[in-house]
Amino acid sequence: MPENISILIVDDEESVRDSLYNWFIEDGYIVESAANAKEALLKVESRNFDIILADIKMPGMDGLEMHRRIKALNNNSIVIVMTAFSSVDTAVQALKDGAYDYITKPFDPDDLSHLIRNASKQIKLSVENEVLKNKISTLENIDDIIGRSDAMVKVLNEVESVSNSNSSVIITGESGTGKELIARAIHFNSPRKYFPLVSVHCGALSESLLESELFGHDKGAFTGAMFNRKGRFEMADGGTIFLDEIATISSKMQVELLRVLETKSFMRVGGNKEIKSDFRVICATNRELLKMVESGTFREDLYYRLNVVNIIIPPIRERVDDIPLLVDHFIKKYCDAMGRDLVMIETSALNRLKNFEFPGNVRELENLIERAIVIGNGKEIRLRDLPIEKSINYSSVESLDELEHKHIQDILEKYNWNITYAAKALNVNRVTLYNKIKKYNLKRTKKQ
Amino acid sequence: MDEQKIFLITNGIFEQECLKEIAKDITREFNFPVSIYEGSLDLREFYDEVRRQYDGNRLLKEIEKMDFPDAIKKIGLFRNDIYIPILTFIFGQAIYKGNSGIASLYRLRNEQYGMKPDESKLLDRFKKVIIHELGHTFGLKHCYVPTCVMRSGTYVEHLDQKNHTLCKTCRSLVDR
Ligand SMILES: [Zn+2]
Ligand SMILES: [Zn+2]
Repeated sequence: MPENISILIVDDEESVRDSLYNWFIEDGYIVESAANAKEALLKVESRNFDIILADIKMPGMDGLEMHRRIKALNNNSIVIVMTAFSSVDTAVQALKDGAYDYITKPFDPDDLSHLIRNASKQIKLSVENEVLKNKISTLENIDDIIGRSDAMVKVLNEVESVSNSNSSVIITGESGTGKELIARAIHFNSPRKYFPLVSVHCGALSESLLESELFGHDKGAFTGAMFNRKGRFEMADGGTIFLDEIATISSKMQVELLRVLETKSFMRVGGNKEIKSDFRVICATNRELLKMVESGTFREDLYYRLNVVNIIIPPIRERVDDIPLLVDHFIKKYCDAMGRDLVMIETSALNRLKNFEFPGNVRELENLIERAIVIGNGKEIRLRDLPIEKSINYSSVESLDELEHKHIQDILEKYNWNITYAAKALNVNRVTLYNKIKKYNLKRTKKQ
Repeated sequence: MDEQKIFLITNGIFEQECLKEIAKDITREFNFPVSIYEGSLDLREFYDEVRRQYDGNRLLKEIEKMDFPDAIKKIGLFRNDIYIPILTFIFGQAIYKGNSGIASLYRLRNEQYGMKPDESKLLDRFKKVIIHELGHTFGLKHCYVPTCVMRSGTYVEHLDQKNHTLCKTCRSLVDR
């Protein structure tokens, strides 16, 4: 399996170099070693290594500085940092700088083989994908993350630098700011992108449901558990688990979560077999977790486990400059989806949007634009197409049902009552569309 | 010149019956006769007070230093908990394409993992570790055939899953 994967070991201790050299050679890797950072950099300049395993504390130049220089050489290597127990803080810094992972000396043989196997698995997969070779700084799958304001550029830079590492991330932002999009961007730009991204909306589930959702359960674990079922942690093996609304989990779940994060292993509810899973955790919250830690409602140890990197998404009112871009983006998105020509937006309408507070953030703006396109004149979005004209109050004349009715009718006409196309444009399945036709008693208007 | 042999150097007490069985299996895998030699290392010198384990690198060097004119390979057998600086423990280690190795049964015992003692399992695992390490000295790398003795394993359960024999490919690669 490790055919052609090359590893560079950098450590000032000879015995460490020799042991690791021997271990990797026996495992079939191509191995070289260097006694200090300078020697390592020379080697890295002359050839490419897939994995660099570097001690963090070395005389001369430390592993952190070396890591930065390796990155500066535009190197694709996966960097794993070796650390003594006392320098875990420095290791965390390395993760923030984009190291793939760290391992504490002395290693458990199983941890070492796991780590290297996973790293090689990811290298193999990325090598297979040609596209990856040419892209280092261009992020993928961020089409929906719009913004050139300083605040958003900062967020995107953070996404880029954290993507290549394995560190846990907390994404903080008000509701509607697009936290899940950021999580997706991190996952799909990470070496884990070929493995699943599994999302769990913690706030939507009761404690016991969440437990079986996360850990899975064995047949008979509780009434209704008719089959063995894999939990989300198990499904996320190799990939990323996204825990939305992390602040809502109970203190019992906090304890269990901490244990899983520490051991990367768990048991299914009602099961007795230990299950190992290699996942990365990304959490999101709209609460100030640190305050919750201070008030004792969120465990401090869990907080520090999760909060290696904190990405804060600014609310829309703090990036007003992005509003025109966002508006353009959503106009294009919905006009395309509805199969319409692109509409414009009146200056007065745009100005109104720029001065609006948007308590529901980007999601609210998106809904406003979608609605305006549906009810609009098909040419431009006017001030009167925006329900925020007079007040933030939504109780407008048109009910949502009416709006839906009209929109579906429009789409059906547009696609000449071809249900398949219309359903696609509406982004619903055909059964749903048939049901809606029945519900609103829609009929084909006579043409020709 | 004398016939070349594989030397088992015992450090600590091992049952003769077990050693004989190990010897038989080694001969079957590598086609060399086996000689058993009672070692006289003072293990206290290799004990690390802090880790409360024995230094596997120095033990291996010690075995390497022992000079037997007719030894093609030498492997030291121990009953102690062996470490190398970078790993929390090892079952054994060998010099790749060299002529020496070490193996310990300490971490192979069921009791180590909270299970009931099982002498026959212990012997079986120990044999596998010894043959595995000898394999490295004969130039074999880790093998991905699940039942091959050269498959790498960091758990005792891994050991139980494999055979104590080389797979066809590994057998053909033994560097004699
Ligand atoms: Zn091995
Ligand atoms: Zn084999």
